[in-house]
Formats: sequence, structure tokens, C-alpha cells
Amino acid sequence: MSAALFEMLLRLGDNTLVLGHRVSEWCGKAPVLEEDIALANTALDLIGQTQMWLGYAAEVEGKGRSADDLAMRRDVWDFRNILMLERPNLDFGHTMMRQFLFDAFHRAQLAALAQSSNPRVAEIAAKAVKEATYHLDRSAETVVALGDGTEVSHAKMQTALDLLWPYVGEMFESDDVDAQMAAEGIAPDPDGLRAAWEATVRDTLSEATLTVPQDNFAHKGGRTGARHTEHLGHMLTQMQWLQRAYPDATW
Amino acid sequence: MNTTGPTPSKRTGEWPLFEVFIRGQHGLSHRHVGSLHAPDAEMAVKNARDVYTRRNEGVSIWVVEAEAIHASAPGDKEALYDPSNDKVYRHPTFFDVPEEVGHM
Repeated sequence: MSAALFEMLLRLGDNTLVLGHRVSEWCGKAPVLEEDIALANTALDLIGQTQMWLGYAAEVEGKGRSADDLAMRRDVWDFRNILMLERPNLDFGHTMMRQFLFDAFHRAQLAALAQSSNPRVAEIAAKAVKEATYHLDRSAETVVALGDGTEVSHAKMQTALDLLWPYVGEMFESDDVDAQMAAEGIAPDPDGLRAAWEATVRDTLSEATLTVPQDNFAHKGGRTGARHTEHLGHMLTQMQWLQRAYPDATW
Repeated sequence: MNTTGPTPSKRTGEWPLFEVFIRGQHGLSHRHVGSLHAPDAEMAVKNARDVYTRRNEGVSIWVVEAEAIHASAPGDKEALYDPSNDKVYRHPTFFDVPEEVGHM
């Protein structure tokens, strides 16, 4: 098995798993019915992508584990998602800002992955990029509407952006795994995605009349597994509750 | 503030109501499927996509502000519709169809 490929697939699958779970937490309590359904759709898209990434990761690993095993039976230190995605939802504005900042990255990443030299990766990305394109459309429009909305919504979106900005840098971190994947033409070097991402994001944020923080300090450690925030552990107790309480439960 | 949106609903703070029409396949006409709230038409199309096409129901979406629809008054229904009730001769059922025509 290729250790680097496995690691890369975990990073992809854990991003969509953790964000998908976070977004699903809105189910039944979003501010309006239409947003509730839209958020549930987004969550389902992300969980669907997770099944494909982690399913392939499990095959690559070759130890008889399944996508479900990887999702439900690993603990915090084995997760490889970026820290931004495990942050609690807070308010609706914070949720949509996080979604927007990630969607802009995710779409660019998937578009590049669709050209991967690895046919499985290319196939999964080609399917997922259509979903990410819609997610970005929707989250960008919401960020503009709320940023350039009322005084209250503007203030909430600015607070959300200030809170989230220190987490965006991790999306563009590169390490040996990324270098190897880039060298083999399997995945883009994340650092190379930053310029286009910045252009898209700054455009939208300026349309939303929001001020991008100057500080480029970046929290990191999620995608390497070095350290997660305290929030992931709490999230996993919810997400993995059934498998922890009743291992191998079926119905 | 967005000033290009539709007229705000009379109830303050509530998004305007849109009626949603979806075309199931090419060649069919758009059919009314329901309604939803949205801040503007563009968002209404997105909401319609999320609420009404989750199970592959459509290839095209129209949204119309409910306020823009002019409807017949339910109170006029006797005057409007009853007169056509007893005009059976308006249905093409009084012709003998020759055998050779077969099923029509």
C-alpha cells in the first residue's frame, strides 16, 4: 500500500466527514425551513463524498477495514481534517462563513483532483466537484446577503470572519505527503491553490462589505494529526456514540 | 442593502413567498409543485432546487413571486364554472367514430 496515498485520502475524507457532521447538526433547527433542507442536502453531499474517499482509503490500506470502520472507530488523534471544520457551528452566520471559506478551497481542490493521474481519485473528484460548485454558489450568495445586509447581520459575519481567518492557512499547508502526491501527479500541492482561492474569497468578501483580517497567523495540526482542538473529541462522542456503546450493532 | 430584490412582504421580517414550477423532463411543461420563502428570486431558485428537486424531479425551475399571480376569485366560482357544467355538447362525444379509425 502507498502510505502517502492513504494519508491523502484520509485528509480528503475526514474533511468531508467532519464538516458533513457539523452541518448535519443544523437538521431540524435551521433559522428557516428552506435553509434547513439546503443544509441537510449539503451535509448529505459531504457524507456521500466521505464514503467514496474513505472507502478508497480502506482499500488502499488493505487491512480489511471499511469506510464505516474508518469513520466510526478511529479516535481524535487519527483524524486528519483541518481544524476549521471541527469548530462548533456557533450561529448560522459562522456556519455559512466557514462553509464559504472551505467551499472556495474545496471546489478548486476537487477541480485539480479531477485531473489526477490516479483514475479512482479523478472519478471521485469529478463527481464531487459538481456538488462543491453548488455549495460554493450558495454559501457565497449567503455570505454576501448577510454581510451586506442589516447592521446586525453585518456585525455577525464580520465576527465570524475574524474568528475563522486564523484557521484558513491550514488548508494550504504542505508536507512530505503533499510533495509526494504532487510529484506523482495524484493531487495538487495545496500551496498552489492559495492565489486563486484568495482572489475568489477577497472578491466575495468585499462584495459582502466585510474586512479581511490583516493577520495571517494560522492554527494548524489537524491535517497532520499533530493536535486537534478540544471540539473534535466532543463531536466524535456524538457521531460515534452508537458504535462505541454497541460495537457491531446492526439492524 | 440589496435594493433590487422584490417588494418585501407586508409582514415585516418575513421573506416573500414564491410559487415554484418545475419541468420534469424536456418536452413537458412546467408544473406547479409548491411554494417557498426566499429573500430574492435568485435565492428562490436555489431553495427550489434544494426543496423540490432532491429526488431528481426536474430539469428546469421557474419561480414566480406569489404576489405577482392574479387568480380568479373563489367566490365567483358559480358564475365562472357552473355554466359550462351542462354544456355536454361541448365535449366531442356525439360523433360515431367509424370502426376503421380504431382507438383515438
